[in-house]
Amino acid sequence: MRERGLFTRPKFLIPFIVFIAVAGFFAAGLRLDSTVVPSPLIGKVAPAFTLPVLDQGDLTLSTDQLTGGFYVLNVWASWCLACRDEHAILVDLSERGVPIAGLNYKDKAEDARRWLRDWGNPYFVTVVDQDGAAAIDWGVYGVPETFVVDAQGVIRYKHIGPITQEVAQREILSLWNASKQQS
Amino acid sequence: MERKQTTILNNVQHLFCALMFLIFSLSANAATEVLEFDSTQQEQQYHELIDELRCLVCQNQNLADSNAALAQDLRERTYQMVRSGDSSDEIVDYMVARYGEFIMYRPPLRASTYLLWFGPLVFLLLAVLTVVLYWRRTRRNTGDKLDAASRQKVRQLLDD
Repeated sequence: MRERGLFTRPKFLIPFIVFIAVAGFFAAGLRLDSTVVPSPLIGKVAPAFTLPVLDQGDLTLSTDQLTGGFYVLNVWASWCLACRDEHAILVDLSERGVPIAGLNYKDKAEDARRWLRDWGNPYFVTVVDQDGAAAIDWGVYGVPETFVVDAQGVIRYKHIGPITQEVAQREILSLWNASKQQS
Repeated sequence: MERKQTTILNNVQHLFCALMFLIFSLSANAATEVLEFDSTQQEQQYHELIDELRCLVCQNQNLADSNAALAQDLRERTYQMVRSGDSSDEIVDYMVARYGEFIMYRPPLRASTYLLWFGPLVFLLLAVLTVVLYWRRTRRNTGDKLDAASRQKVRQLLDD
């Protein structure tokens, strides 16, 4: 009985195996970014809004007017530091022909205007969400956030936080190119 | 000279107390907007909802405890919906449609959440099973099973 060793009594290994399994779960958990909450809106029709257009007096724009063509909706604010990180990438995307609409979130019109003058304007239109109500409908919980909406008005992709070159290439440009081929 | 020092110290202490008071009163104030309700049921419904909905910005707080701007907005939206007579289910559905099930502190019971709900019970049963098996085995092993030869040997050892 006493002479039986490690290999004849594999029960000894059970705690070790359990430990490895638990450690594996923890290691995987560390890699998950809990601040990124997946949106339930992907694959659904983009929520409707009717909002005033920045610097256009009483002119408003509704999602009905946007639907029918591929567009990117970028939620931004002049007080948002992370928005500056992605701004050059947005300008670059717009120069490649990607139509980007801006949703100016809880901002002052003069600050938004100055921002666009100083850093360049990648938006074909900027709508003003003064109280953040439209942003709630779109499930926005932080700025910047970026949505890709296809020609059918369905949200195809959402990015939380500043866009990186990789996201611009892999997600936004590829969706844009695919939509160009379809039409 | 010494007198002057104590007054300075007193002033510093007063300042410190005032600061502490400010800091703690701010944190305690998260969800104390002055709100009017049509009935106490409505008020209760509102408070239950903001207790059960998660703030997506500071994810370990509910809407009631969070000072984040989004939490304020979502409290406001909850309040408006409560006032307009929406049921709690409708309000939770509204939030889930926008922010996903993550907004619920209490996840719904379904196939994908069985492990979450029943996992602890499974582990408890496993633990109980292990303890019972171990106990039964040790009791069997320590039973009075010494044969005559062994007794003899033990006695010999003790006598030496």
